[in-house]
Order: sequence, then C-alpha cells, then structure tokens
Amino acid sequence: MTLRIAAGIDIGSVTVKLVVADGNGAVVRRDVVDAGFDPRATAKALIESVPGNTKLVATGYGRDLIGTPSITELKAHALGARFLFPDCSCLIDIGGQDVKIVCLDNKGKVSKFEMNDRCAAGTGKFLEIMSGRLGFTLDEFAAAALAGSDTVTISSMCTVFAESEVVGLVNRGRNRQDIAAALHRAVVVRVASMYKRLEPGPGRIVLSGGGGRNRALAVMLEQAAGKKLTVAPDPQIVGALGCAIEARRVDTVN
Amino acid sequence: MSTDYHPMWKSLGLNLDNHDKLMEVLGAAYGSLFMSQKNRPTHTSYLDFVMSEVHGLRIKEIVDGKQQGKKVVGTYCTFVPEEIVLAAGCVMVGLCAGADFATEEVERYLPRNICALIKSSFGFKLGGVCPYLEASDVVVGENTCDGKKKAYEALKRLVKDLFIMDLPQTKTKEAMALLKTEYKKFIAKMESLSGRKITVEGLKKAIAIVNAKRSAVHRLSALRSADPAPISGLDALLINQIYFYEDPVRFTENINALCDELDGRIKAKTGAFAVKTTRLLISGCPMAVPNWKLPAIIETHGAVVVGEESCTGERGTRNLVTNTASTLDGLVDALVERYLAIDCAVFTPNKERLDHIKEMAAAYKADGVVLYSLNFCTPYLVEAMGIEHELEAAGIPAIKIETDYSQEDMGQLTTRIQAFIERVVS
Repeated sequence: MTLRIAAGIDIGSVTVKLVVADGNGAVVRRDVVDAGFDPRATAKALIESVPGNTKLVATGYGRDLIGTPSITELKAHALGARFLFPDCSCLIDIGGQDVKIVCLDNKGKVSKFEMNDRCAAGTGKFLEIMSGRLGFTLDEFAAAALAGSDTVTISSMCTVFAESEVVGLVNRGRNRQDIAAALHRAVVVRVASMYKRLEPGPGRIVLSGGGGRNRALAVMLEQAAGKKLTVAPDPQIVGALGCAIEARRVDTVN
Repeated sequence: MSTDYHPMWKSLGLNLDNHDKLMEVLGAAYGSLFMSQKNRPTHTSYLDFVMSEVHGLRIKEIVDGKQQGKKVVGTYCTFVPEEIVLAAGCVMVGLCAGADFATEEVERYLPRNICALIKSSFGFKLGGVCPYLEASDVVVGENTCDGKKKAYEALKRLVKDLFIMDLPQTKTKEAMALLKTEYKKFIAKMESLSGRKITVEGLKKAIAIVNAKRSAVHRLSALRSADPAPISGLDALLINQIYFYEDPVRFTENINALCDELDGRIKAKTGAFAVKTTRLLISGCPMAVPNWKLPAIIETHGAVVVGEESCTGERGTRNLVTNTASTLDGLVDALVERYLAIDCAVFTPNKERLDHIKEMAAAYKADGVVLYSLNFCTPYLVEAMGIEHELEAAGIPAIKIETDYSQEDMGQLTTRIQAFIERVVS
C-alpha cells in the first residue's frame, strides 16, 4: 500500500515554510515565503494549493493560527532532522527569533532541550540586523566573517547594545570583516554554552533553521563544539518537513 | 456586584481612576482564565464570589472591623505567624502583588532590575490601588531576600507603621533562638497595637484556627493526587492565593465543603481534565494575584498542574503547629519549630526543599516539574540550577522557566512549556 502525501507548515517569525512529502517522506514540494504582516493570510494562501484532503500539521509561532493540529518547533525540527539523519542525537535550530538545541534519545524522542529567553540575542534576527548595519547581504556577511580575524570582540549579546558597539567599532575604523567575525563568534559562544549545558551524548549533530544557511556559523559552531556538525540540506524547511512526517504518522495511526 | 464601593475606596485613600483601571483588567483576566475553564467543581462558585468581592465585601468587612477596634496587619511573607495576629484580636492580610503597576513611579524608589513581586508591591502602593495595604494599621517587613529587605528601607517612607522582623538564614539552634526573639518582639508589637494581652488560651485558640485552615488545604492537596485531577491547578492556586486575604474560619469551611465535593468527583471519576492528562508540578517563586500566567499556559496546552511547591502553595501551608504546650513560651517554641521548617530559598543550606519537591512529585504523580523563577530572584534562580540537575538525575523531567509579570514573552514561554509537555508525554 502506498501512503498518501502529507503536508507540514512552519509559520515562523520571519518566513513561512510549506513542505509536501510523498508516502516515503520525499519532498515533492517546498515553499519558503516572507511571513509579512499577516502570517495567517500568508499561510492560508500557501496551503490553498495543497489538495483538500491532505493531512496537515503546523508549527512555528503561528502554529495555532490556521486551525490545524500543531506541534512545537522543537518537536518538528527533531522529527525532521531524525528523518533526514537517523543517527541524529542533537539538533541545533537557529531561527529568526529563537535558538533551540534539542537532544534526542535513541528512539528519536526529545529528551532535553534549551531555548533562548524572550530576546533576540543569538538568533537569526540578531545577525540580520548586524549585517544590515555593516552594509553586507547575508551571504557576504558570512563570507566576511570567515575571512575576518579574531582581533575584535563584541561583548554585548543584546541586539540594541551590540548595534551601538558595532557603530563604535566602525567609527574607530575597525575592519568590517573582523567585526563580522566577532559578531558571529558572539552568537556561537552563546549557542555553544547552551549546547554544553545539555551535555549531549554521542551521535550526529544537525544544524537546521535559517542559521544553517550561514556557512560561518556552521564552521565556528563545529570548532566550539569540538565535533563534526552536519548542516541539514535545505535547512530552513526541516521544521515543516517534521510536520509533514507527523501528519503522515497521525494519518497512518487513524 | 450592585454595591458601589467607590465611597469606601475613596475613604481609604485609593486613587480611584487607577483602581478602576486595575479592577477592569483583573475582572477581564479572571473571566478569560477562570470562567472559561470546563468541568469546574460547583463549589468553585465560592472562589468566583470571593474574587468578585476581593476589593468589595471583604474590604468592607475589614473596615467595619476596624471601627470596632480590630486592627489590620499587612504582610509580605509566610514567615509572619498569623496565629499571633489572631491571638491579639487583629486580622492579617497578605499584600504581595502579581501585576505590574505604576512602574515609572516605582523606578524612582527601586532599580529596574529587581524582581517583579517587589516592584509590583511598590506599584500597588504608589498607584494607590491596594485597599488591603491602605487599610493596614501596621505593615510587617521581614528580612528574607536582599531585594525585600533593602526595599523595606524605601517602603518605610511610604507606609505609616512598618515593623521589621528579622529572620535567620540557617536552621541552627542559634537560628531558632533568633526567630524566637523576633516572634516575642512581634507579640509585644501586636499587644501594643491592639491594647490586648496575648494569653495562652487566646494563642491556643488562634493556633487551632490556623491549623484548621492549613488542614483544609492539606486535604485539597491530597485529593489532587487523583487521576483524573478533580480540580484544575488554576483553581487550586487561587485557593492558595485567597488564603492570604479571606477570613480564616470562612475559608476553612468553604474549602472543606469543596473537598467534600471533590471526594464525590473522585469516586465518580469526574475530573477537571481527562484521565491520563499530563501532570506537572510547579516549584519556585510565589505567585500573587493576579499572576496566573504560567499555570494558564500549562493548562491550555494539554497538561494539568497537580501541585505548587511555593509560598502560595505547599511550602507556605505545610506542617501544623503542635498545640499541646500550656505556657506562652512553650507555644512560641512550637511556632518557631513550625515556621523554621519552611524551606524558602533564602536559607542555606536548603536541601530539604529538593527532598520536598521529590516527595511532592511522587505523591501527586507528577510527570515533570516546572522550576519557576522570577527574573532577578537570585535565591530561587540559583537553586533551580542544582535542582533541575538533581531531578533529571532522579528520572524526573524538569525545566527552568525564568519570567516576570509582563506578557511580552508569552510566545517563547508557550513554546517552551508545550515542548516540555511533548517531552514528558510517554
């Protein structure tokens, strides 16, 4: 018997992601769009094109906006990462508004997790704002960070304070690449301390979320963790993929 | 609700505009969080009534009592013995507040990064919105954490009579002696306030009243171990909150009547939530009215709160006073023994608290523990680090939550709580 297609939607703070997976979990469709000012409308427009009887599970900040079953981003990313990499024991998701680190037990269940508090320190939003301040696109920003030296330190993790710090450094004529490196290092130090608090066991570490598209973050995190790190292919859609897997599981059970 | 209490509030010196605003918010919050709950025991109508009259009928009772010479003692801590207050013929009311108010005013007295409970209590004073505080003839400030004891230095300028009670921070023999001295000073203060001598009979009678009140809450706690949970955690927290303002005898009668109903519900397997709903224990800082944020998130996301290891909960109400001594000195010793067993995080070391959390988790069959700390509350924040580790090592899932009274972190908080619930669901 072939399983039906299932769909997952991740209504995040910055983007909305939709994944439609076939019975084997292979992604047959993926969309990533700006959440805009009306994430409900954005999400509704996206799912309109999915056949009406498709099981759909939602996650992300707007997970309860559209009246479908929902799971948290932690569970969604864990399911997605584990599907992609059955030996994944730890997941780092760097999203627009949150950083989440999830440990999985050998059955793939969430055993422990850490998540940042209310502010945007250490998140995708932090890096986005700082790249804008330095006049880089996100890709240029990561490349600059990899080329930069470690001669500059950013001491504040608060987005507002760090921005003033960057302004100060720029005005003292410091090299933009070095500042970019320092900003990435600041994020990595924070993420790494959350990672160390969890004391994850052996197994693969997977990086997902929009932060996974930033090569400098991946390289620096790998150094900080002292362990090889796998960047999920198409890292932004891992949560939506996890939802599609959950939707298929529920469909199969019923 | 037809009585207009504005003249009474005005005579107490409340700021009527501010107070109207607060009442509006409080009423709306109560409506949306409590009245929307399904399958509530019918006796929760008592709670609804108490809350609808929390600044009305209860204040009128207190004000009427004042006219008969019954003095009012306001407190901020479970270490202040209600027994002594009652024995002097006075009434005791809790003053801790659970909502941000007049924050800009507060920041003229206190730094921005002090805990929300202290800030809020100042805000209620500076905003002129707390009739309990305005009705108080004396306010007791107890030296617990650094935040509170330094804040009382500023509060002294704002209230007419602030009585400082020193508290030990260890549980040694010397600590017991210190607490005894302080309780004796408090007896003297209550006697001079009321003009009444505290007698052995009077104190024994007061101990019996407070013991009965605590026993009713113990009974409620034990009933919450049933599955399905016979009452929501929100309603149980509210009971622990009104414990601080309600007339103790009336409270005891009503909570016992509620427990009778819960006995029946348990036999009939009627729950406030479905059988096998995920069960969580909350442990940490007190939650004063209307701070219902955390249990509300938990109970609208698929779990039920089955116990509170808190000053507004079992830490505050556990243990009775041994009422067998026949001298005043002997009774004060019994009070000291009971109160010094409170395992507040200001004590060092405080291993009893961890033991108590484990006991509670087992007794109420909790699937996990939410360690709740207010931002900047050093004692509970530090303890949460070690306790989380110890609980996990004992196979009890635990999560640390650090928050305040604002709503700005609702999104992140909800995600974390929901993920924790997903984690502990087997």
